[in-house]
Amino acid sequence: MDKTIVTAAGVLTIGWVIWFFLFSKKKEYRAAVSSGVQEVIIKVKGGYTPDLIVAKAGKPLRLLFTREEEASCTEMVVFEAFNKSAKLPPYEEVTVELLPEKPGEYDFSCQMGMIRGKLIVEE
Amino acid sequence: MIKQQVIIPSATTGVSGENKGEVRIELPIAGMTCASCTATIEKALASINGISQANLNFASKKAFVSYAPTRVRVGRILRVIKDSGYDVSSEKVTLKIREMTCASCVRKVEDALKGSPGVIGAEVNLGSESAAIEYLSSMTDLKSLKKTIESAGYKTGIEESQSREEDSKVREYRSLLRRFMVAAIISLPVIAVSYPKFFPGLKDMEMDTLRLLWIGASIITVPVLIYSGSSFFKGAVAAFRHRAADMNTLIALGTGMAWLFSTVAVLFPELFPENTIEPYFDVVSVVIALVVLGQALELRAKGRTSEAIKKLMGLQARTARVIRKGNEIDIAIEEVLVGDKVIVRPGDKIPVDGVLVEGRSNVDESMLTGESLPAEKQEGDEVIGGTINNTGAFKFKATKVGKDTALAMIIKMVQEAQGSKAPIQKLADTVSGYFVPAVMVIAVTSFILWYDLGPEPRIILALLGAVTTLIVASPCVLGLATPTSLMIGIGKAAENGILIRNGEAIQVASALDTVVLDKTGTITIGKPALTDVIIIGEGNEKDVVRFAAALEKNSGHPLAEAILQGARTRDIVPSDPEDFKAIPGHGVEGIVDGYRITLGNRKLMDRVGADLGDLEKDSHTLADEGKTPIFISIDGKAAGVIAVSDPLKEDSIEAIKGLKGLGVDVVMITGDNRRTAKAIAKRVGIDRVLAEVLPEDKAREVQKLQLEGRKVAFVGDGINDAPALARADVGMAIGTGTDVAIEASDITLIKGSLLGIQAAISISKATMKNVRENLFGAFFYNTALIPVAAGILYPLWGITMNPILAGAAMAMSSVTVVSNANRLRFLKVTGRDG
Repeated sequence: MDKTIVTAAGVLTIGWVIWFFLFSKKKEYRAAVSSGVQEVIIKVKGGYTPDLIVAKAGKPLRLLFTREEEASCTEMVVFEAFNKSAKLPPYEEVTVELLPEKPGEYDFSCQMGMIRGKLIVEE
Repeated sequence: MIKQQVIIPSATTGVSGENKGEVRIELPIAGMTCASCTATIEKALASINGISQANLNFASKKAFVSYAPTRVRVGRILRVIKDSGYDVSSEKVTLKIREMTCASCVRKVEDALKGSPGVIGAEVNLGSESAAIEYLSSMTDLKSLKKTIESAGYKTGIEESQSREEDSKVREYRSLLRRFMVAAIISLPVIAVSYPKFFPGLKDMEMDTLRLLWIGASIITVPVLIYSGSSFFKGAVAAFRHRAADMNTLIALGTGMAWLFSTVAVLFPELFPENTIEPYFDVVSVVIALVVLGQALELRAKGRTSEAIKKLMGLQARTARVIRKGNEIDIAIEEVLVGDKVIVRPGDKIPVDGVLVEGRSNVDESMLTGESLPAEKQEGDEVIGGTINNTGAFKFKATKVGKDTALAMIIKMVQEAQGSKAPIQKLADTVSGYFVPAVMVIAVTSFILWYDLGPEPRIILALLGAVTTLIVASPCVLGLATPTSLMIGIGKAAENGILIRNGEAIQVASALDTVVLDKTGTITIGKPALTDVIIIGEGNEKDVVRFAAALEKNSGHPLAEAILQGARTRDIVPSDPEDFKAIPGHGVEGIVDGYRITLGNRKLMDRVGADLGDLEKDSHTLADEGKTPIFISIDGKAAGVIAVSDPLKEDSIEAIKGLKGLGVDVVMITGDNRRTAKAIAKRVGIDRVLAEVLPEDKAREVQKLQLEGRKVAFVGDGINDAPALARADVGMAIGTGTDVAIEASDITLIKGSLLGIQAAISISKATMKNVRENLFGAFFYNTALIPVAAGILYPLWGITMNPILAGAAMAMSSVTVVSNANRLRFLKVTGRDG
């Protein structure tokens, strides 16, 4: 009897893990537009906040990263698809300017790939 | 005329309400090229809510803006100006501020700075003990800013972001060590209590007393979890908020579960069958100790990976002596402005890039160009920031400062390259996304299987299986494998004068099998000289040279300079040609002193119908000597042939031999005639020659080679070769010092020698080998150890993994990867010094 409980609980846990970490929808953040430039402020602490950004194609996108921690994991942010990377010194605002031309999904992450974010570009 | 007083101070928010909340500021604008630009900016500014007036003055390049600080901030105004395509000539600096102890200190300093004339923005950070200040250099300077801070009661120093990072790294290291010590010390009694059989005093204890000790162990392990293990739990929570899981999640879960289970088992033994109570507090504290130690070692090993950048940054000077308002003053290097006259004394480090205006000297440029012989500098010559002046003294005008100097651009490029990815990483990256959740699933599965199918004591084995799985899994190594090796490889390349743009360039370079070398300027020095003049008929040498030089006056041809120089040495002053025409692929023609002259190759002579006679044989002889023959005809009759020769670079032969030794095919490409090209190719050891190639066809030739299935590198001097450089799998621009087009190529060889190609390829090969080693290790480690930890070997051979061993393995995994990458630092680069 106890085996069934344990097994059932285990299967439920597995299901939850898969759902939570792999499939659940993240809260997205739409870039605000000012004078023709889209701007997003991103806080870097244990992760990127926000880590899901929606922007429009064809308009320049300005991402203002402020890293609020010293752990070496997040000292660089890499936008692979745009071939851009930026060093983020602690407690400084660093601007990364991109021009997303094609709509699509673009990942960005710390240098080691452990902290991730996604940029969704729409028409 | 009533002059309205321009209120300069408080060019930021934080203005007192005196002016009914309106402030008028003066901003110097950069980038205005005409009077109509002012209208653009004025319109853009006027559209901002909160600006009551915006006037631009083109002559003084200033903007006068009246605005209400409560409705709009200066930062916004600056951004609008920038978005209109112009810029405000402001300077940014970060100053270190000492003795700030609390938030109100921050406020004090910020207010003092913001109220100071010419300061556009100031942000003070307590955590990093620094202030980021943006100011107008026309109104204030670092000295005044420092005085402002000092008058607020705090001491200052110039902040270099590099040292701030180093400070934070040192702090992190110390913190890790402290956490390790605490965990290690607490582990000792906990281990003793967990294995009572081995300890004389505990061996014979009563069960009840032992239980009390175990409760004690549970309690003293709490600080280990909370203090030593704090980063894991905090990190796990942070990741969780982002719906992500990482290494912190695994360690937090693993140790947390172990502690919970053990505490429950010790406090409520009734819940567990028979004598299955075994506390696992030792697992908790020892694993945390080990993983923290591993992180400390990893940090230290990582510190070595950035050695190359530190060396490059060490080349920068700290101060400069400039002449301002007639006085010689020593200022910080950040304060040097374009146009400043800089004084350099013997032995000084040249602070910024510039052009020599007074005096002369020898400068040691070996750190940047590899030229061991000092370069002579006189008026009009370029000097490069970071090089060292020898025994002369001179003054120069600064042309590039701060981020624009060659050295700064090189450093930036290397830093960006070190942060880039290589295609080989893709698999590891994809896997890491799913890795940790997958491990969690495996851990739960292990628990279920042990509990349902395993022998007694089931619950303990189930727990152990799950905990060990969580602990042994190492997601970090997957992420570390490639970037660490790339970092070192790129740094090593930079130390040898090879600037690699990104990880992809290294990966492709490691697989090259063909190198295409442009002849002029790459294999040869690029300074051709007139070597022979052969006459037929009634002409004389002087006339021939005179006519040739006259035509070459207007020709942009690289050989033109050789002919003009030849004229100069013969004391000939060529007249100007009329009707000058350049015929691509053939030569040039025109009328000089009434004669119709054509100058060019065989094809041109055929075109004008000039019979070459013996000249043809002469030209063959010249070509076989590696010289380029140029025919000249006067009024349609062949008059002579001029030979121009471009000497080989010293190490070309050695370099090409080296490349062939690496298994790379070397191909020469040139616009020169076939015979000459072949002769030179023979001399340097190149078997395959593509001659008489028009500049615009070079890219096509590269493509043809690629269609043969080759991975092709193109090496050229950057300026004319952009299409070919782009077309090649790896484009290498070669040159000396700052005149190389760093932007256009995948790899830039700053030391103008061909030996750099071989070095670039061997460094790339070694780096990729290292990357593959690390990736293999990372994948092998996880795929082998995780199943074992989960218990897969148990049914076969009864083997399970001890959770403490799992902790040790996991801790060492990252250190091993980083240490393996560090091995690259000792790579001996062939053909270079050190």
